[in-house]
Amino acid sequence: MSFRATHELHRRRAGRNIGLALVLLAFIAIVFGLTVVKVTSGDPMQAFDHVSRPEMATGGTAVQGD
Amino acid sequence: MTDASINTHTLETEASFGDYVALLKPRVMSLVVFTALVGLLAAPVGVHPMIGFASILFIAVGAGASGALNMWWDADIDAVMKRTAKRPVPAGKVAPGEALAVGVALSGFAVVMLALASNLVAAGLLAFTILFYAVVYTMWLKRWTPQNIVIGGAAGAFPPMIGWAVATGGIGLESVLMFLLIFMWTPPHFWALALFMNADYEKAGVPMLTVTHGRRVTRNHILAYTVLLAPLAVGTAFTSIGGPVYLAVSLVLNGLFLLGAWRIWRRDEDVSQADKYKVEKSFFGLSLLYLFLHFGAILLEAALRPYGLGGWG
Repeated sequence: MSFRATHELHRRRAGRNIGLALVLLAFIAIVFGLTVVKVTSGDPMQAFDHVSRPEMATGGTAVQGD
Repeated sequence: MTDASINTHTLETEASFGDYVALLKPRVMSLVVFTALVGLLAAPVGVHPMIGFASILFIAVGAGASGALNMWWDADIDAVMKRTAKRPVPAGKVAPGEALAVGVALSGFAVVMLALASNLVAAGLLAFTILFYAVVYTMWLKRWTPQNIVIGGAAGAFPPMIGWAVATGGIGLESVLMFLLIFMWTPPHFWALALFMNADYEKAGVPMLTVTHGRRVTRNHILAYTVLLAPLAVGTAFTSIGGPVYLAVSLVLNGLFLLGAWRIWRRDEDVSQADKYKVEKSFFGLSLLYLFLHFGAILLEAALRPYGLGGWG
């Protein structure tokens, strides 16, 4: 049961909300796409995980141990 | 009393989504997208399509943001001119403060996102372009000097340079030439418009060359800039972004453009009024085609390159 008639303004507001929702969704999709591309097209990446891996060391001398 | 009644006075003026889109000057944006895309694709190094797409999008958002700032500042003169009276701020659809907020927020957003998507050179160029258009052109030069559009045209000339920077991370001779092509093209394009839209600018008190120095001087200036533009445009054919297709297109267009400018220069006001500025209007129409086809030719050369057909090699 509706208490108030739908004003033209309500339609305009709904349009604005839907428009903004679509813009935000598109932004999420773009940031996601960019992230996937940046991560997959970069150089091979390794993080420090307490295991000695000489190939990660710069200069060839420093080695993580124990 | 319901809470809805508090806002009743704003009901009629509340903006729709389309009004916010109009605030970003979508027609200017489409030109920015096109020239930035050409700059990006003409560059000697390729970028991943996703990065290219996102970068062009953020460049377009930045251009739109500067358009919103321009509408915020210029609402008073836009309201006076017939051509611009229906823009969202002078039409009362978007509040001036809102236009300012949209402009500032989107400017920052676009620059930061472009830096993240591509590189700092491209983002720096975009920031400079927005600042140049919103502050140097809109706030300072437009109402102060009849050379307003000459220097302000630089803002419109940056997008291909930004596109180039997205791909290469720097600035090159070719990107500067693309900049100069738009930069030198802008004055004859706008002064031709001013010749047959003079009444508008006069009413708004914008110091267009036609208002301050008269039509004779404007006609001289159109010819001078067209003569300076021609060697630049044709010379670009012999750089890495040019080629035989571009050379042929450029020779034809510059021939026509010079002829049009010469015909405008030869006429006086009485003759122009007699045929309702026919030559000036056709020159204006040609100027749109001129820019579109030059960049279209650069795009074609870039598209042919993978098949060994583009360029001179």
